[in-house]
Amino acid sequence: MSKLKQERMPILEALNQFKKSRIVPFDVPGHKRGRGNSELTDFLGEQCMSVDVNSMKPLDNLCHPVSVIKEAETLAADAFGARQAFFMVNGTTSAVQSMVLSACKKGEKIILPRNVHRSVINALILGGAIPVYVNPETNSELGISLGMSLAAVEKAIKENPEAKAVLVNNPTYYGICSNLKAITELAHQQGMLVLVDEAHGTHFYFGENMPISAMAAGADMASVSMHKSGGSLTQSSFLLVGGETVSPGYVRQIINLTQTTSGSYLLLSSLDISRKNLACNGKAIFAKVTEMAQYARDEINQIGDYYAYSRELINGDTIYDFDETKLSINTLNVGLAGIEVYSILRDEYDIQVEFGDVGNILAYISVGDSHRNLERLVSALAEIRRIYKKDKAGMLQYEYINPEVVVPPQKAFYAEKEALPLKESGGRICSEFVMCYPPGIPILAPGEKITAEILDSIEYMKDKGCFLTGPEDMDVASLNVLKEV
Amino acid sequence: MELWFTEKHTPSVKFSIQVDRQLYCGKSEFQRIDVFDSREFGRFLTLDGYMMLTEKDEFIYHEMMVHIPLAVHPAAKKVLVIGGGDGGAVRELTRYSTIEHIDLVEIDELVVEVCKKHLPFTACCYGDERVTVHYQDGLKYIRRCENEYDLIIVDSTDPFGPGEGLFTKEFYGNCYKALKDDGIMVNQHESAFYQDDAVAMQRAHKRIVDSFPISRVYQAHIPTYPSGHWLFGFAAKKYHPIEDLKAAKWNALGFKTRYYNTRLHVGSFALPNYVEELLKDVE
Repeated sequence: MSKLKQERMPILEALNQFKKSRIVPFDVPGHKRGRGNSELTDFLGEQCMSVDVNSMKPLDNLCHPVSVIKEAETLAADAFGARQAFFMVNGTTSAVQSMVLSACKKGEKIILPRNVHRSVINALILGGAIPVYVNPETNSELGISLGMSLAAVEKAIKENPEAKAVLVNNPTYYGICSNLKAITELAHQQGMLVLVDEAHGTHFYFGENMPISAMAAGADMASVSMHKSGGSLTQSSFLLVGGETVSPGYVRQIINLTQTTSGSYLLLSSLDISRKNLACNGKAIFAKVTEMAQYARDEINQIGDYYAYSRELINGDTIYDFDETKLSINTLNVGLAGIEVYSILRDEYDIQVEFGDVGNILAYISVGDSHRNLERLVSALAEIRRIYKKDKAGMLQYEYINPEVVVPPQKAFYAEKEALPLKESGGRICSEFVMCYPPGIPILAPGEKITAEILDSIEYMKDKGCFLTGPEDMDVASLNVLKEV
Repeated sequence: MELWFTEKHTPSVKFSIQVDRQLYCGKSEFQRIDVFDSREFGRFLTLDGYMMLTEKDEFIYHEMMVHIPLAVHPAAKKVLVIGGGDGGAVRELTRYSTIEHIDLVEIDELVVEVCKKHLPFTACCYGDERVTVHYQDGLKYIRRCENEYDLIIVDSTDPFGPGEGLFTKEFYGNCYKALKDDGIMVNQHESAFYQDDAVAMQRAHKRIVDSFPISRVYQAHIPTYPSGHWLFGFAAKKYHPIEDLKAAKWNALGFKTRYYNTRLHVGSFALPNYVEELLKDVE
């Protein structure tokens, strides 16, 4: 990575130049630099509206970049140590989908852990690939899924030698990393591609003493949520291509199947500026974030009952590494579900954390945080314990439910179906997703058998106030199941 | 030549004092600190451009923060002051020989240094052996205290900037925990007159009401604060601010005060109707 070149921001420079040239707009967008929509301009600001513009010669075209976007993508690839970087404006969801669709065609197998984000399984519905799930081990004390063990991946590869790709979370939402390098070597020996969901791992490329990044581990593709720890605008993201196995031109074609042809320059410039910032200042930024997360962790662990976990969990396999910037906090010993603490923090203390699940909350720490705000979080947690602490009895023990995939996701999603009340759906095959969002890891995915255990777990989550999404019936009172023939 | 200090009390209301000279200007990790001399108000301290105190009217604020709770709870021995780096609250507290220990928790060490140098009329009692100063975030300090204090005085800046954490529910809850069973908390409670201040005042009140069984608001007239009409919060676990006033006992102390007296004590809890309504809305 060349520091000097990384100071440049081709898209930003082109937009600034464009503003100076005072072009008369007879093109879209119709708000014409905000003049046609004064309320919106008052709200977002003139600066912002003046660069909400369409693709044109001096600004390049996201679908087929030849000038400034191409230069910006080259700089991004250099910064991430990738062969090619794609600017994505439909979220990391579209990066993940393009990655999976590039690797697997209809009927081809992909090996993946079950605790993937819904976007991965969405890609299976779109493309028709067949999932081979690896059971991620669980830590039942914390109630979270971990990484994939090397032995489990090896077994899946042996049993499915025709599979095209292995997908790895690096890290999970909670900060847990698998042995990415060894998994990559194993998969490559079998001629399989390695796809990495790095929605929560942008900082691995720029901070010091971080878990290994996908590109450094030799993976073939990675989806990087620049808008999470990278500081760009919501919905902007990078798709990275590593080695020589994948054709960047083909990946571009796949991206263009679903990505907008009117890529937002607000998003594109935010990616360009954030890449420069991370390349030039990333070490200092993530040293500060790590320090703040560690400070909060130490303070929270002194309160009692809460457990803010970190590297001590590392076991050389299913927790091969841990991302210390993640502030994941187990709440079970306070006698409260994570989602309950999440709700109390927001409703009573005006503090919004990233998510709460059955046993944990995740507070997202970033460059935008201050020690003062950390004090508020820690103090509020101390207060919640003082006021609400109760006996732990009756808390659901988290168990990994091994999904029974009866029908491939695509086939199940489009099959003849009927809606059944939740309670009567046991034993049937689900045709839709059920998940808490966030974190967006499905409890049920299309094609999976509905068991009594799964129904109990859904009822428990509803009862605790989780935000359940996925089903056609938005209240999740009924589920769509395959018609029996 | 005319040199004026101006603070915007609202986006369209300005309050100005003619300045004779500026004595200090500095920036700490937390805020900008300025000290000026003026003809009308004497020496005054501003933080981030907001008036903190003037030599002429600081007695009103500090007497009302300290004597109100101590006239209700004269047995108080251990007192915590959060904020208040100017030393004015400590000055009033040290007048009570019955107080055995005073902890002052100020986030900004530079404020105390500057006040010691330039504001001798408030920062005069840091040498008292009962006073311990802690340079720490108030929210962090109080987290570790349980059943420890008889009185907590929250002498904060406004609810934005460094003082923001001292207007939160987690802070008031932690104060409750840090107080003994008959403890009292008084706090700087903003003003009810201008819209934005009134909203902040209501938010603070709601959070205190949520945390304490007894929560009342009292008032004073402070010419250099926005609208000149200022409020304080009185929150307690046991003592009612009027029913439990020990007037004779306080008067027997024989303190000479310029604003506070025990008749005004009772009267200061009688609030204008519009203020009562604002408070009732969130109770």
